[in-house]
Parts: sequence; structure tokens; C-alpha cells
Amino acid sequence: MTEQADPNTQTRKKGIFSFLMKARATRPGETYGVPGQGDTLWLSVLSILGIIFVWWLFTFMGWVKPLFLPAPQAVLNKFLQVWNEGFTNTPFLEHVGISAARVFGAFLLACLVGIPLGIAMGMSPLVRGLFDPPLEFYRPIPPLAYLPLMIIWFGIGESSKVLLIFLSVLAPVTLGARSGVKSAAIEQIHAAYSFGASRWQVMRHVILPSALPEILTAMRIGIGFGWTTLVAAEMVAATKGLGYMVLSASQFLQTSTVIMGIIVIAVIAYGFDMLMRFVERRIVPWKGRM
Amino acid sequence: MGLEIRDASVIYPTADGRPPVEALRQINLEIVDDDFVVALGASGCGKSTLLSLIAGFLSPSSGAILLDGEPVQGPGADRAVVFQKHALMPWLNVLDNVAFGLKLQGVPAARRYETARGFIRLLGLTDFEGARVYNLSGGMQQRVGIARALTCDPKVLLMDEPLGALDALTREKAQELILNIWHSTHKSVFFITHSVEEALFMGTKLIVMSPRPGRIAHRFDLPFSRQFLAGTPARQVKASRAFIDLREEVLEIIFSDEESAI
Repeated sequence: MTEQADPNTQTRKKGIFSFLMKARATRPGETYGVPGQGDTLWLSVLSILGIIFVWWLFTFMGWVKPLFLPAPQAVLNKFLQVWNEGFTNTPFLEHVGISAARVFGAFLLACLVGIPLGIAMGMSPLVRGLFDPPLEFYRPIPPLAYLPLMIIWFGIGESSKVLLIFLSVLAPVTLGARSGVKSAAIEQIHAAYSFGASRWQVMRHVILPSALPEILTAMRIGIGFGWTTLVAAEMVAATKGLGYMVLSASQFLQTSTVIMGIIVIAVIAYGFDMLMRFVERRIVPWKGRM
Repeated sequence: MGLEIRDASVIYPTADGRPPVEALRQINLEIVDDDFVVALGASGCGKSTLLSLIAGFLSPSSGAILLDGEPVQGPGADRAVVFQKHALMPWLNVLDNVAFGLKLQGVPAARRYETARGFIRLLGLTDFEGARVYNLSGGMQQRVGIARALTCDPKVLLMDEPLGALDALTREKAQELILNIWHSTHKSVFFITHSVEEALFMGTKLIVMSPRPGRIAHRFDLPFSRQFLAGTPARQVKASRAFIDLREEVLEIIFSDEESAI
């Protein structure tokens, strides 16, 4: 029998850097050369399971002390314990609820202020000129840096906490809405004017809908900043909330509670992002298609 | 009555002391009754600037644009524009895109949908009323764009290279469609194109423009669209002796412009 290699494998170069070589022709149904195409769901599942396995392995083999890294099952037990008994005499869901109220409340306020402000900045040189410096001034400052000011000015109640989260969400949402204004093609705007539109109508019926995909993306980024700032907001004078739970547990070296709190925050944030992606697909299905 | 352009010039100022650019010099043009005026010319000859003047996006440096004797102050539905592309609203379906102009004018929903459906039928889009525009082919998107402009019932329909992005076969079909619609609606049309054949086939009047400064270099009266509408097949019109001779003549004019530019 003569040696006849399969033509599909014959030309393939082996090696870990083969993906850097010239790509071969695609299978029917795919587009040649699109960067990063392919389904990732199973890899994501694999990644999560892999991380948990490595985590479990390290603790099971005793390579890391439980004080530094408790075992996955210890974290799960802690979760069940806090779920049943609460943390510092407050039920678990009340911690979740109060943190969610702070983050989502601040997020909602930031959207109510930031989206109209961003659109106004995109539409009007007057508004842009006035609001660009303060926004760009505070945007790169870490919330922790101005937390003391918030407390001095607004006290140790809810307002300083919500305001801190609000500020961290406001900047990305405003900037997103501002650049979203540029999304409408000039032909779309000219078409509307040539059909007799007023400036208000062009804004309402052309610029606003065109900006929607970018505004939704900005909202997703913004809520991420909100969760990031939560722990900082609950650092001072909080007696409830997930951030408070993580911080006070860390002071008592309850590492399992710390990790549990982190995972709970991550799961809520990830769940909300999934919801936003779903909303995106429903209300801006044309995104990137015209 | 109709549209009249009187001695219109457009001069763009330039920075750092270079001489200002004369985009259009002393344009005189009438678009009346059911004229189908086609503007043809090399790139940079001011075709699109002329359309912007008529549409009201741009005001002339000197001269006047008059619609039914009244000076044009800005854009308006009596001069609806069909663009080459990127001008549909992807968040609206076909019906709402076509009814878009009437919505802006405050026409109640029932009446604007009725009017829109009439033009959707005229353009052969009835089965696609509820379709998303980004799922349509380029030719169908352009038909939506034309239907949308027609629902505004403009006095002059402005078309800025409406068929430029279509493939050759779709383009010929679309030419015939536009002529038939023009014939049945009796609109005045101002139509920009790069294609000499398209210009000769579609227009009743042809203006050939030259660059630097943009001006109307030649004018022709054309019989070919009437021949097509009287029943002669399009290919036969385009293959006739008179058509080919004129095509070569116009090509000569345009190429001599292009060469002097290089």
C-alpha cells in the first residue's frame, strides 16, 4: 500500500505557534480571516471547572494553609451557614439587598443624569465646554481618594455611599452617551432634515436611537464600576452590605467569608451583565449591522 | 413653476492664505414640470455641492435658489433626498422607514401608513413591510429609500447617486423601475450619477459638469427615457445608434476633463 497522506493533514504545520502562520481555507459557512471566530461556551465552562479544580487541589494537598486559602467546600459551607444564620445578626439576603439597592440605586441615578448630560455634551458645544473639564478632572481619580471628602461633606449615612458609587458610574455612562451621539450617519441626519424634520425631531428620531447601542454598552461598563466601588463605599460606618461583610470578615481573618462575599458579588454582577446583553439583543438587534 | 437656480456660486474659504476654492461658478438651471435632470461629471466637479444647494443643506455664496419663486432657506420635504446608502433607519421596519417622513410631519398613524403602503406597493415591497431593513439586499434597501422620499410628496425629488452602490444587473432593473415611477407620479427629478449610460438613458435633460471651477460645461436634451416609456425595451434603447454616438461624445468631454486634471 502506497503512502498517501490525507490532503487535509498533509499541508498542516504542527507546533504551538501554527496559529501565527498563514491561515488555511475555512470550512463552508465560516468567513475567512475573521479574528477570533468560534463558540466559547464550553471553554468557559472548562475554565471555571479548571480554576475550581486547581483551587481544590492546592487546598487538598495542603500546599496552602486554610487561613490564606480555604477549600472550596469550606467556602460553600460558609455560604450555607451565612445563608441560614446571617452575618453579624443580619440575614444574608438583607446584606445582598442593601448592597444591590446602593449599587442599582446609584446606577439608576447615574443613568438618569449621565445619559441626558452625555447627549447634551454631544449635541451642544456650550454644554460640552462647561462639563468636560470637571468630568475629565474627577474621572481618573480612584473613588477611595475622594471617599473622605464624601464623608466629610455628606456624613456617614446612605447619601455618601450612594454618591460615591453614583460618581464612579456617572463618568463612563456620560462619556458613552456623548460618543454615541456621533453614531448616526450624516446621510441619516440629512435624510431626516430633507423630510422636514426639526432639530428636536432629528435628535429624538435619529440621533437618540443611533446612540442606543453605545449607551447600552456604556451602561454595562458603568455598572461594573459601580460594583468595583461598592466595597470602598461600605468601608466606613456601614453595618450591612456585601462590601461590609467582606471587609469585616477580613479583619477577623475569616478568609472563607471573604472569598464567599467576592463570589456572591461577582455572580450578581455577571448575572446583571447577562441580563443587559439580553436586553441589548432585544432592543438593538441592528447593532453593528448597518 | 418649479425649481430655478440663478447664477449660483459656491466658494469655500481656505486656511493659511491659499486662494479660496470655487466649488461652483454661476450655475443656471431650471427643473420644472416633469423634467428628469441628470447631472454627470468627473469627481470634484461639484455635482454633490449642487445637490446640497437645492436640498438646502448649503447656501450659495452668491446667486439664488428659488422653489416656485420663493428662495430656498433650508432643507424641507418639498425636496426629499434619496442617498446612495447609509440613510435608512435600522431600528425601524420597512413600513416605518417609508412612513418616516410623514411621521416627522405629524401625519396621524392611520393616514401615514395608508400612504406608505401605496408607495410600498408601487416599489414592489409589499411582502417585506415588516422586514428589518438590514436584512434586505442593497437593491431592496434602495427601493425603500426611494419609497420613503416619495411619500413626502416632494416637488423635486433629489437623488444623489442612488444606484451607485448596486451591482450592474440590479442597477439596470432599478433604472427602469425609477423611470416607470417617475412616469406614473409626474415628479421633477434631479439625479446625480457617475455612469454615462445611466445618465443618457434616464434623463430628459443632461448637464455635463466640469471641475475647477465646478460649472455646467454642456447641456443636452435627451429622448431616450421617453422611448423606453413608449415601449422600446431598455437594451434596445441603449444599443441604438443615436444612444451610442451621444455616449461617445459625452465620454470624450468627461475624459478630456479628467486628463487635464492629471
